[in-house]
Amino acid sequence: MTRRRAAVVVSSLAVALLPAGRALRAADPSPSSTGPTGPAWTAATVVPAPGQPAGYLQYRKMCAVCHGRGPDKPGTRALNAKYEGKVSALLEERKDLTVDFVKFTVRHGVSVMPPFRKTELSDADLDAIAGYLARKRR
Amino acid sequence: MRTPPGIGPADFATAIGQFEQAVGRQWVFTSDEDVDLYRDAFSPFIGEPEERVASAAVAPDTVEQVQAIVRIANQYRVPLYPVSTGRNLGYGGSAPAYSGSVVVDLKRMNRVLEVDEDNAYALVEPGVSYFDLYRYIQERGLRVWIDVPDPGWGSPIGNALDRGGGYTRGQFRNHFDAHCGMEIVLPNGELLRTGMGALPGAKTWQQYKSGFGPWVDGLFSQSNFGIVTKMGFWLMPEPEAYFRGSVHAGKREDLHQLVKTLNFVENSGITNGMPDMGSPLLGIQTIEEFARSMEAGQGPAPEAELLALRDRAEAGDSAPLEAYGERKGLPYWTLRLKFYGPAKAILAQWDYVKGKFSVIPGVKFEDGEPVRLPLSEQQRERVHYPEFGIPSLNMFSIGARSRDNPNPTHGHMWFSPIIPRTAAAIFEANRVFAAAAREFNLPALRFSLPSCYWERAFIFIFAFPVTTDPATNLKNRTAFQRLIEIGAQQGWGEYRTAPAFQDAIMNTYSFNNHALRRFHETLKDAVDPNGILSAGRYGIWPKHLRKS
Repeated sequence: MTRRRAAVVVSSLAVALLPAGRALRAADPSPSSTGPTGPAWTAATVVPAPGQPAGYLQYRKMCAVCHGRGPDKPGTRALNAKYEGKVSALLEERKDLTVDFVKFTVRHGVSVMPPFRKTELSDADLDAIAGYLARKRR
Repeated sequence: MRTPPGIGPADFATAIGQFEQAVGRQWVFTSDEDVDLYRDAFSPFIGEPEERVASAAVAPDTVEQVQAIVRIANQYRVPLYPVSTGRNLGYGGSAPAYSGSVVVDLKRMNRVLEVDEDNAYALVEPGVSYFDLYRYIQERGLRVWIDVPDPGWGSPIGNALDRGGGYTRGQFRNHFDAHCGMEIVLPNGELLRTGMGALPGAKTWQQYKSGFGPWVDGLFSQSNFGIVTKMGFWLMPEPEAYFRGSVHAGKREDLHQLVKTLNFVENSGITNGMPDMGSPLLGIQTIEEFARSMEAGQGPAPEAELLALRDRAEAGDSAPLEAYGERKGLPYWTLRLKFYGPAKAILAQWDYVKGKFSVIPGVKFEDGEPVRLPLSEQQRERVHYPEFGIPSLNMFSIGARSRDNPNPTHGHMWFSPIIPRTAAAIFEANRVFAAAAREFNLPALRFSLPSCYWERAFIFIFAFPVTTDPATNLKNRTAFQRLIEIGAQQGWGEYRTAPAFQDAIMNTYSFNNHALRRFHETLKDAVDPNGILSAGRYGIWPKHLRKS
């Protein structure tokens, strides 16, 4: 058995002693990085531009490093594993997100995603992000 | 409203009112809903009575506001606990070491005050994240690199004060060592600048580290003697090129010479990036391979024969396994060396390094391609980010849901002892920790390799999951505690830990009847007589809370 396969067993037993940085297996590759909404590489600066929906800039700054398009986004990877393609792993493509759900998740966290404090993400910016993700689209 | 221990509700309400006057009402948080946002999401006591939680939080925007908060706290004996970005998850997050403290949340102090390209330094506030500093530099097209830890949402100040590390050149990887000059609000509210900053009108605060007289900067790391409100960091001029070369060795005993030569070429500055070790034969990925595999997957499973041989190898030692590796051309050890510098020079350095490793019989080398810098946007998505000073959150896939891990954890804590830079120490540590794993009925520990974040010493880093099941967390905490003691008995100490284990680890640094801790306490009593600041942090308790 390989080391990393051993580690998977370990974590499912929930009693683990595994070398950091060497252990857990990958999720599915995430969707392409070339989205309709601009550069997506991990730490890119996103600049305001005409036509951007309300909340888009806040989403890109606060959420996209984990939940955006392109490689190495842990949130997108985890949702890929969760939904196995039945639901989009990209929050921006979801049509079933509600304002309340987004706000609850951000303030309470889920799995290894911690809650976000109001000094990091104000109520006003969270409202904008929730509105952006829950916006009505055809 | 929650109330800190030792304070009456009326006094606390008065103090809160004064905090509101100091910073503005919207920046003082007292409702359960708001204060719960400061819980440590990765606490090994999550949801249990022993979980360390805040009573309130106050978020200043200026140094003067920090001073005002400290003075109010002294007046009413309010325990404070400052955090920078509060994101050192696995090491405590934004929760206090002493339950009931008021968190001083410095996130709003998020100004990049200066980045000097010619002299390659930055001066920042504590709420600045690695993402913020990186973007600031990129937006201005400055040709300097920052050195980042795995999570990019952390604070350069907070990470350096916790003595975190990164991935580029040796002199920048140790984030505290790479700092130059601090500004600190002392526990009495007075403002202190260190190094050249003590000279009014100094022109070299971020250029000359030690100033004049005792160099006190270290006292403000892993401690509770002041609130750091500004800090300078030396940056790396963007190199012309990056190069990676690999050394493969076929026999178990080759590790001795491999480490010896590694130490020589690294301590001589001939290889200047972070060395990265793995074992293809034992199935141990390098850190870079691990980071890549989170996205790309692991590839096909090894042959059944190899898996069986690995299972039978005690502490990574097995003649049949070694023979299998030689037959299949699978190295026992792989060492990846990184170089930053002029393309021609680093190729020549690699050539020299190969000559030095050639004393190992049968050693094989794998040349990389020099990467010209700066990276294009397309390249930036394909590299091991931190080696190029690019912040990300890639490593947050550890413990997260994946195809092979349908039950994600709630977080993790790190057991990370420092061990000597020798192969003998690697073998010995594996023997000792494997025995400990048996003692605690943990799944058998296969052979592990340490990391090379720090020059001169190895560090083993083991992750323990934090779950939502208290019984499991208790079991893991007990094992963690025991590993601290077992490591200390061997002379291996921890470099950093979460508040839950800070007392236990400080207790192991006990030379001459705990002379170091007693010295910390002498300082604590002198600079913080009311004991208001970060009680318990790194095992330093104020007089009124010390046991015996």
